[in-house]
Amino acid sequence: MNRIKWRLVPVYVLLVLLLVISIVPFYLVIVNSTHSSFDIVTKLNLWIGGSLRDNYEKMQSNVNIWNGFKNSLLIAVPFTFFTGYFGAMTAYGFAKYRFKGKKGLYWLVLCSMMIPAQLSIVGFYQLNLKLNLLNSYIPFIFPGIANASAVFFLRGIVEQSIPDSMLEAARMEGATEFRIFNRMILPCIMPGVATMCIFNFVTCWNNYMGPLILITDNKKYTMPVMIAMIKGLYLSNYGAMYLAIAIAVVPIIIVYLFLSKYIINGLTIGSDK
Amino acid sequence: MKNRQHYGYFFILPYFLIFAVFGLFPILYTFFLSVYKWDGMMPKVFIGFDNFKRLLTDKYFYLATGNTIKIWLFNFIPQIAAALLLSCIFTFNRIRGMKFFRAAYYLPNLITAASVGLLFNLLFNGDKSAVNYILVQSGILKEPFAFFSSPEFTSGLVSYIQWWMWFGYTTVIVMAGMTTVDNSLYEAAMSDGATKMQTFRKITVPLIKPTLIYLTITSIIGGMQLFDVPATLTNANGDPQKSILTTTMYIYNQGFKSYNYGYACAVSVGLFAIIAVLSVFSFRAMRRRGDMYDE
Repeated sequence: MNRIKWRLVPVYVLLVLLLVISIVPFYLVIVNSTHSSFDIVTKLNLWIGGSLRDNYEKMQSNVNIWNGFKNSLLIAVPFTFFTGYFGAMTAYGFAKYRFKGKKGLYWLVLCSMMIPAQLSIVGFYQLNLKLNLLNSYIPFIFPGIANASAVFFLRGIVEQSIPDSMLEAARMEGATEFRIFNRMILPCIMPGVATMCIFNFVTCWNNYMGPLILITDNKKYTMPVMIAMIKGLYLSNYGAMYLAIAIAVVPIIIVYLFLSKYIINGLTIGSDK
Repeated sequence: MKNRQHYGYFFILPYFLIFAVFGLFPILYTFFLSVYKWDGMMPKVFIGFDNFKRLLTDKYFYLATGNTIKIWLFNFIPQIAAALLLSCIFTFNRIRGMKFFRAAYYLPNLITAASVGLLFNLLFNGDKSAVNYILVQSGILKEPFAFFSSPEFTSGLVSYIQWWMWFGYTTVIVMAGMTTVDNSLYEAAMSDGATKMQTFRKITVPLIKPTLIYLTITSIIGGMQLFDVPATLTNANGDPQKSILTTTMYIYNQGFKSYNYGYACAVSVGLFAIIAVLSVFSFRAMRRRGDMYDE
């Protein structure tokens, strides 16, 4: 028994090293956000300092970071709701009905999943310019209705977990198709929908290029756009910059502490296909 | 009950309405604009394939695409290597805290790439940055190194950041592929006297080939669109010496800084073609080797 453990020592060393690499940058962000800029450039800080309040006041004097936080939520929450609800709806339509052109339409969904989204940014910008949607959140929220990967993943889940006999029984009792979907199907596939929603929320929250192009009113900046422009605003005010990054990063870490099991399991839904 | 089948159309209708407006139209319009000269203000001028002729001789396009491919290769190969190694460690040994390690490795993937860019800028930029401090204090360097004046270092750092953000994800996916491999196959190989390395090369790798193909193609599609990290790490122009100017940054600069919308669209179409070729090429190359892929 002991011999086996000794053999694994180098393995554990490697694993711990990778752990340090993965976590230390975040640790430094949190620690440095509590130190003054002078402390940050003159020594390596490894423990919490006393300048958090000071940094906070400096940070808030230039931009209101919570405004970016609020704006990102205003986009990500409805977007996530749309991907969940309409993703399930489209997936259900493809999984449980037979209609003309279904194969071709589903093929279109799969293709749109492979098409690199950032390549059509000029077209996307011009579209929203013409629709008068610059500085609006609509171009970020409504595409949630047409989220190809959500449809792809949820279709598999609908096919696995909803037997046709269940639908037949509900129809016999006179339920309408939409009632069946809302009252029966959706609750049944809710765990899958929720997993999907976590990922879509994160993707939406992290979206940088879209808001960078469409949003010019700085009151409407989202978190990533705000973080990216901070470098120019605070110059050598490192404490304030670290604090801003900390505010962007810590909520995600906290959520991850609670949901990591679901997130890691959710990652593999798509890849085993 | 058959007469209800057409309800399927109602269920998929919202998807296709929104897809037509926000998904399909921008793509088609990008292709359309790629044969025009247009600054967004004056009327569009049809110029045929002139944008593409310019593209073929545009040294910045080649530079940016070369940078993008280089950054991708130097992060993807170590990523797959790390993922295979970690997956083997986790699958064939009883590692205490395996789920904790794996979850921690995945964490960087969730963090906003724009924040990551700024964070690494702060860690490396300047004589008194945290990294210079550590290197000088520990005696590895005699004096601080100007990291962001070195094109090689900066390009390598982007590869490292991409690796750092993605190796945990890749590990989770490769592990999922490995656990689907039937255990009796390993037992049979072991009882036939195969070494661990042989079992890995002859059984594990061929059987997880579909997973590896999936990872390669999704990574090409994502990697060729690299924007957030290089755009936030230095001055957003790809400096030093344009070493981290990626193709997507070039599209952004052409479109939204120089207002050459037509040309930006042509670059987009060019990048689209490159992604398509690379994806097909790697799919074919990986499928051919070993003949284990049958579906």
